[in-house]
Amino acid sequence: MAETTASSDASKTYRAELLICAGTGCVSNRSFKIRDALEAEIRQRGLDDEVRVVTTGCQGFCAQGPIMIFQPDGIFYQMLTEEDVPLLVEEHLIKGRPVEKLMYVPPEGDEVVPKLSDIDFFRKQRLVVLRNRGLIDPEKIDEYIARDGYRALAKVLTGMTSEEVIEVVKASGLRGRGGAGFPTGIKWGLTRQAEGNGKCIICNADEGDPGAFMDRSIIESDPHAVLEGMAIGAYAIGAKNGYVYIREEYPLAMQRLHIAIDQAREYGLLGEDILGSGFSFDLAVHRGAGAFVCGEETSLIASLEGRTPEPRIRPPFPAQSGLWGQPTNINNVETWANVPVIISRGAEWYASLGTDTSKGTKVFSVVGKVNNTGLVEVPMGITMREIVFDIGGGIPDGKQFKAVQTGGPSGGCIPESLLDLPIDYERLMEVGSIMGSGGLIVMDEDTCMVDIARYFLDFLRSESCGKCTTCREGIAAMHDILADICAGQGEPEHIDLLGELAEAVSDASLCALGGTAPNPVLSTLRHFRDEYEAHIRDKKCPAGVCRALITYRIDPDKCKGCLLCTKACPEQIIRGEAKKPQTIDTEACIKCGVCRESCKFDAVLVE
Amino acid sequence: MAKLTPEDLDRIAERMKRQTTLREGAGRAKVTVHMGTCGIAAGARKIMTALLAVIEKEGTDDVILTTSGCAGLCSREPMMTVELKDNAPVKYVDLDEDKTRQIFTDHVLGGKIVSDFALAVGSERQS
Ligand SMILES: Cc1cc2nc3c(=O)[nH]c(=O)nc-3n(C[C@H](O)[C@H](O)[C@H](O)COP(=O)(O)O)c2cc1C
Repeated sequence: MAETTASSDASKTYRAELLICAGTGCVSNRSFKIRDALEAEIRQRGLDDEVRVVTTGCQGFCAQGPIMIFQPDGIFYQMLTEEDVPLLVEEHLIKGRPVEKLMYVPPEGDEVVPKLSDIDFFRKQRLVVLRNRGLIDPEKIDEYIARDGYRALAKVLTGMTSEEVIEVVKASGLRGRGGAGFPTGIKWGLTRQAEGNGKCIICNADEGDPGAFMDRSIIESDPHAVLEGMAIGAYAIGAKNGYVYIREEYPLAMQRLHIAIDQAREYGLLGEDILGSGFSFDLAVHRGAGAFVCGEETSLIASLEGRTPEPRIRPPFPAQSGLWGQPTNINNVETWANVPVIISRGAEWYASLGTDTSKGTKVFSVVGKVNNTGLVEVPMGITMREIVFDIGGGIPDGKQFKAVQTGGPSGGCIPESLLDLPIDYERLMEVGSIMGSGGLIVMDEDTCMVDIARYFLDFLRSESCGKCTTCREGIAAMHDILADICAGQGEPEHIDLLGELAEAVSDASLCALGGTAPNPVLSTLRHFRDEYEAHIRDKKCPAGVCRALITYRIDPDKCKGCLLCTKACPEQIIRGEAKKPQTIDTEACIKCGVCRESCKFDAVLVE
Repeated sequence: MAKLTPEDLDRIAERMKRQTTLREGAGRAKVTVHMGTCGIAAGARKIMTALLAVIEKEGTDDVILTTSGCAGLCSREPMMTVELKDNAPVKYVDLDEDKTRQIFTDHVLGGKIVSDFALAVGSERQS
């Protein structure tokens, strides 16, 4: 077997490796520059025969980026800059003294936690899909193979029938991670059984939820896991062709995917006669058309065919008639990436993780008002409290938790009283939300829940493709009512009207965009009704967000007359003598909040 | 480029094993070279180089090589600590390249402590 571009120089002995994160988040924080600086410094100090710098995919702890793991010592370095490089090399690499000041300090503590394995953010996660994250260079297929990569494919091709593979996936309990949670094995079986001239499979990497980056990170950190899953699925289903439909805005993921495909082809893991088994499968990458609705399976297929991405009536389902009329199996990135592990470790092992109805793990992107923003993988059935407080490290700046929004723009908001709910598909539905694809947005006391509902409806309104009247007009109507409520023009009957509109929109729209669009409204009405009432009845915004409903005032007891706010006010309408309490001309105030930000004594009140 | 067979996957993984051990930070044995200023002055770098060379020559793929700061016994540098899995660490002192190679062969690979060069078995209490 000849050495190829795909293989890495494994014959050389290194005593240490610096695994630097090159996911999109860290890259935008200059991790490539840090890599270059490290390599230069290591060369200059004559250590390049002993130590190597490796770039990996997203390691998940995006809040602390750029991050780097020092192996074999397991030291976690964070928030690195190029200036830190000489010190790091001198101290840790030459003198063997890990550098404390570049280590992580938990939000509530003051002692550094040197090892990755001891940091709460990592400790409470369970990596199945992300099993290789941070451990391999995603651009080197040998590194994937070194960690048992493509063994599941070999196992399937050398010793299992298609039916057996489908049975294993069914027994594992794996459900689609793209949103609806449909059992994957059943879908595969339906596509396999469907009559058709050729079959195909699709990987849905459109990831349209704002703020979500699970699929991007999976592809960036372990693209071969997705390819291997797809090849196994193709064998089970009887498909020869596959497509990855990937969001245009993901250049790094796309690049790594192309590299992975080229390397897999070079090794004969894609293409004709894979692993000498006689089975052939290859795939193409297609860039997404850019609309949220493109992620919906029938729109996606229309887009692949070169048509306008609009959903169509189902049935026929893609499994019966999909791309070019062929039986088509479409799964999400994370769904595909689960497949190799299920085959390798068995259905029983997989099904031992999770809850009665939802097996395995789920990858979530945790963003918003939370200390440890990042990408986490946890077993199904974990509570929201564990994610937000143990892994997420709680709410910054000592603020109170208010809600966590799950399921993307058409998901729902979960209040504090439900934080101990074990997370799975059914339980989230019961409380008025959805699993969706795994975006979690944490909100603190400064968030207005009416305004949040308005915000999501605004997104959905502009992303509705417009085919169904209920979705096109209904979402807009709901949005306008919410905007009125936020503007202080809410009427008591608006609440019932929202309920009626919600029902019409979700019942009479073709696809789940309309079907789930009312969730943000219904869940906030259900769990935060008092905020709606305060807006409508008392014309007040308790969180102090909706400008029409708030006034800024200076607390004379707290104001020291330092004049910081007076100088900061863009309208120059804060008046008073120095060293005496100031007053705001509320009539002229534009409620921009600059005074409040500038005040060092918390003397500016919002009411 | 020849296409892979299922056996080739094993071969690649085998070839990569040394790297995998390092990456996972868990090997059968761990060798720590003490690299404080004193250690470096006394020649710890040569010890490190000798270890890397012998690992490469023997094709050893399950041993982790690391460095640490001064071990507090500056007069006996260069020093290293050998820790076989599930065994107490052994400290070796006053090393040179030949001693290092012998310790590697006898202790790390062979499992036999080289008591002539060993300072002590076990290490100070951590807290
Ligand atoms: C408006 C809308 C947007 C969607 N966007 C995505 C998406 O970005 N990624 C995804 O995997 N599924 C998305 N879906 C779900 C897909 O229609 C489909 O159910 C999924 O790709 C099936 O894969 P799974 O069974 O593995 O989850 C979307 C659905 C709707 C209604």
